[in-house]
Amino acid sequence: MSLDLPLTRNVRPDRSPTDFAAYEANGGYRGLRAAIGKLTPAECLQVIKDSNLRGRGGAGFPTGMKWSFVPMDDAAAGHKYLICNADEMEPGTFKDRLLLECDPHQLIEGMICAAYTIQADIAYIFIRAEYHRAEKLLREAIAVCYEKGYLGRDILGSGYRLDMQVHSSAGRYICGEETALISSLEGKRANPRAKPPFPQVSGLWGRPTIVNNVETLCNIHHIIERGADWFQALGLTEDAGTKLYGVSGRVKKPGCWELPIGTPIREIIERHAGGMEDGYQLRGFLPGGGSTDFLTPDHLDLAMDYGTIGKAGSRMGTGTMIILDDKTCPVGFVKNLMEFFARESCGFCTPCRDGLPWSAQVLDDIENGRGRPEDMHTLARQVEFIGAIGNTHCALAPGAMEPLQSAMKYFREDFERHISGGACHFCEGGAH
Amino acid sequence: MSELIQALSAQEIAGIDAEIAHVPYRSAVAIEALKIVQAHRGWVSDESLRAIARHLHMSAEELDGVATFYNLIYRRPVGEQVILLCNSISCWIKGCDKIQKRIQEQLGIGLGETTSDKRYTLLPVTCLGACDKAPVLMVGEELHENVDTHSLSRLFDDGGGTSE
Ligand SMILES: Cc1cc2nc3c(=O)[nH]c(=O)nc-3n(C[C@H](O)[C@H](O)[C@H](O)COP(=O)(O)O)c2cc1C
Ligand code: SF4
Ligand code: FES
Repeated sequence: MSLDLPLTRNVRPDRSPTDFAAYEANGGYRGLRAAIGKLTPAECLQVIKDSNLRGRGGAGFPTGMKWSFVPMDDAAAGHKYLICNADEMEPGTFKDRLLLECDPHQLIEGMICAAYTIQADIAYIFIRAEYHRAEKLLREAIAVCYEKGYLGRDILGSGYRLDMQVHSSAGRYICGEETALISSLEGKRANPRAKPPFPQVSGLWGRPTIVNNVETLCNIHHIIERGADWFQALGLTEDAGTKLYGVSGRVKKPGCWELPIGTPIREIIERHAGGMEDGYQLRGFLPGGGSTDFLTPDHLDLAMDYGTIGKAGSRMGTGTMIILDDKTCPVGFVKNLMEFFARESCGFCTPCRDGLPWSAQVLDDIENGRGRPEDMHTLARQVEFIGAIGNTHCALAPGAMEPLQSAMKYFREDFERHISGGACHFCEGGAH
Repeated sequence: MSELIQALSAQEIAGIDAEIAHVPYRSAVAIEALKIVQAHRGWVSDESLRAIARHLHMSAEELDGVATFYNLIYRRPVGEQVILLCNSISCWIKGCDKIQKRIQEQLGIGLGETTSDKRYTLLPVTCLGACDKAPVLMVGEELHENVDTHSLSRLFDDGGGTSE
């Protein structure tokens, strides 16, 4: 069976980048020609709404609905911004790098179509500093687009003008949170902002701003060119399109693949990732990056889509799974994540700034044989308080609690054995 | 003005001014300006920080608040090359602790330390988006995948110095 996989059709096995000529030869910039000057922005927005595309950055918010809040009347005269979130730092997430390094023009075409739809006149690609190769490729690709008349004033003679720039960041995971990203683009500390006002109305320099993930934006021109029905039909379940899924940890062939959304988890782990490495068993997995709740082998037959994973008590997040094997300590696993989140807290609000290091300390005590029985209660209280949406200024802290709370549910005996035995039962002979 | 020119080179000022042309107010390029100076000097000294702040019409304190927020702006001297060791979850599962230990043995530096010959500084970094090739690290701008003790020996074969 040959699948229709629009996002990775230019991805080569050696991951060498597809240049402008090769991109156009393979049908590139047809979506842009179908949109600009042919469809009105309102028509483009309707196609994206009808397609049921949901954001691929982790939260899964419907893209068309998000864009519909951007003011389009004359009162909106002045700059409007489109920002591509290429900050990719969620632990265990390695999908945007593939799109950025292998097919930079795809992202640019998607961004031009997205910007046209919301009538933005300036677009930024906010990319993490460590993605040097992708940054260079994007800068080159943008220069080619200016030469070809796909960027700049009067694109394709339509009168529409768009400028595009790359902003290379300076580190810190919180920059990926969309309002923190905006603060950072303004040259400030990357503290998230209170909503409302939402960025769609008052974002970068107080102007209407849309922030979308790389993978989300890579879909836009395909949908505009081929239609909402085509996109809907790509999905195997009620969600639409394809998704980049990844698997890392002790599997035979860790990797990242574009598959129809709703592909069963078992197929992703066993067929695409080749199943567990010899000598290792699957104990659990985080389905979509470091801030999603654990699922277990009992969930292997679930469809990997937003609704199904949500009902199972987790989130599809970024769609890149992290495998917990039977020789890796679940307490150590969660401790690694908690130390990460504690380090990356922006420090703005107390439950996160002071709470996460406390959780990390309790986990460190348990992992190193200093745990006390009441620590389980302390952790449960922290989950309850820090994990509640609304107690913190942004979603970093609740996200940090997701792996912890589910580990305490599914691997409780491991926590208790650390405490009663005064040692980690994985350290001797195990990986950790 | 002559004082400013002493602290920032003409090249640095030109780079910063080119960024200022794109934004509504000068302090908006704070991060770019810090990165430009760091690219020329390896790190951002107090003197450089004050000079940049003056050039951007902001206080040195405010700029330092920005500088110290970002882990890739170095407010202390670093070695010629910075080693960014991923210690996020997938690399941890695949043994980044052992890699860190091996680097300590080979170069004599732990996290946050610089070799005495000033060649290398070792820092932890957030998931590098290469988890299928874990464990990974960067040396300068170069990503190294599936790192093991053999590849580490090759990478730092002449040993580097020892930490003080
Ligand atoms: C702490 C934190 C970090 C985030 N990091 C990223 C990121 O690196 N990339 C990304 O696309 N979204 C990230 N997000 C989600 C963004 O806030 C935002 O929802 C997303 O960029 C919207 O794009 P989408 O609608 O296309 O998914 C992060 C969110 C939080 C709370
Ligand atoms: S939850 Fe954490 S990261 Fe988010 S604003 Fe509060 S302190 Fe900052
Ligand atoms: S966890 Fe190390 S690259 Fe992702």
